[in-house]
Amino acid sequence: MASKTHVTTTVNGDEHQYLCEPTQTLVDVLRNELELTGTKEGCSTGDCGACSVMVDGVLVCSCLTLAVETDGKSVETIEGMAGGGELTPLQRNFLELNGLQCGICTPGILIAAKALLDRNPDPTESEIRFWLAGNLCRCTGYDKIIRSVLAAAEEMRGN
Amino acid sequence: MAEEGYAAPQTVEAAVSLLGAANGDARVMAGGTDILVQLHADLIDPDLIVDIKNIPELCTITEEADGFRVGAAVSGMALMDHAGFNAAWPGVMEGVALIGSIQVKGRASIGGNLCNASPAADSVPPLIAAGAVANIAGPGGLRVVPVEDIITGPGATSLDQGEIIVSFTFPQSPAHSGDCYLRLTPRTEMDIAVVGAGVNLTMDDNGVCVAARVVLGAVAPTPLLASDAADALIGTQVDDAALAEMATATSAACDPISDKRGTKQYRIKTAAVIARRAAERALERARAN
Repeated sequence: MASKTHVTTTVNGDEHQYLCEPTQTLVDVLRNELELTGTKEGCSTGDCGACSVMVDGVLVCSCLTLAVETDGKSVETIEGMAGGGELTPLQRNFLELNGLQCGICTPGILIAAKALLDRNPDPTESEIRFWLAGNLCRCTGYDKIIRSVLAAAEEMRGN
Repeated sequence: MAEEGYAAPQTVEAAVSLLGAANGDARVMAGGTDILVQLHADLIDPDLIVDIKNIPELCTITEEADGFRVGAAVSGMALMDHAGFNAAWPGVMEGVALIGSIQVKGRASIGGNLCNASPAADSVPPLIAAGAVANIAGPGGLRVVPVEDIITGPGATSLDQGEIIVSFTFPQSPAHSGDCYLRLTPRTEMDIAVVGAGVNLTMDDNGVCVAARVVLGAVAPTPLLASDAADALIGTQVDDAALAEMATATSAACDPISDKRGTKQYRIKTAAVIARRAAERALERARAN
């Protein structure tokens, strides 16, 4: 057996220390070591985006990131999105406009959509569709997801 | 599974000595978007993974007197956020922008795209068309190799054991130069090239083409520097007749396979169409510069 590595990662503002195998992925550690099961693992090959998280402010697939790589880094997952029990406008618009059905893709899509709105508060529909091309949803047909992001962006701009 | 290790050296020298001293299969990891897929599919079973992203030189973009120097592990998103590089090499960026999703580009690098050595890698044809060179460090010291000499076959490179690509140097473009990369895929995003074409042109003050490079992807075991196609443009005004001749030479250079993405015949035919469109776009850019 390979020796385990001691890793310290800040997740949603809290520092976590854990032991992991050198080839263990970040999504595996999040779900099975830290019990943060909001992040989903879909394809494990970087195609579906269900495992999307932010690592030091960069949107990545946590299935294609080794946990050991995040030593000393800051990770943001869906669990950190709503502050103080209050949903963000993005989350609320997904609920109100039916931007989800089964919900497996939703945490990854919310993380990816937030990353877009942080960079670009007023994206066009086309920009949203291209940005979310790496997030697959087999329920909604995407249109309601796009409407939810557009509505959230508008609300967040104060219109 | 054999005992596995992970190392994240902070200098090129440390990375090279780790790779040189490793027993068994040592793999270099930049963004990890290919190697981790291969690892989890049990296609590879490395004894050591050497993560090169903690080496500052591999993760920086600098503009020097002789052109841009881009660290081999710089992520696609970091390149897309670099206004100066985007302005200088729009064709290279067209290739980079087509690599996977935003998430994948948050990690994937041009060094990794090259060393993964897929015939269909989107950033490789424009890199070759640009005349970029790879700065390679290894046990024998440093060497500089044109990008077209790196890939030797599907999944195979000319890098020796223990060597890593540190950075790429892009030449300073002369006036009236322009590049472009286009690919043919059934979908606009998240797809693999049926054919790809990177073209880089330089015109003189009289509107005559004085330098051209035409590079084709996914139509041969390696990206293909099609010199006959480029020669059809040099010395011309890149008019219809020259473009038609370039298209014919492009098809003649192709040696593709048939697979689920397209037949051999389809690739030979469409490579000419895509290369011609890329040349027309590169010409527009060259005239505007």
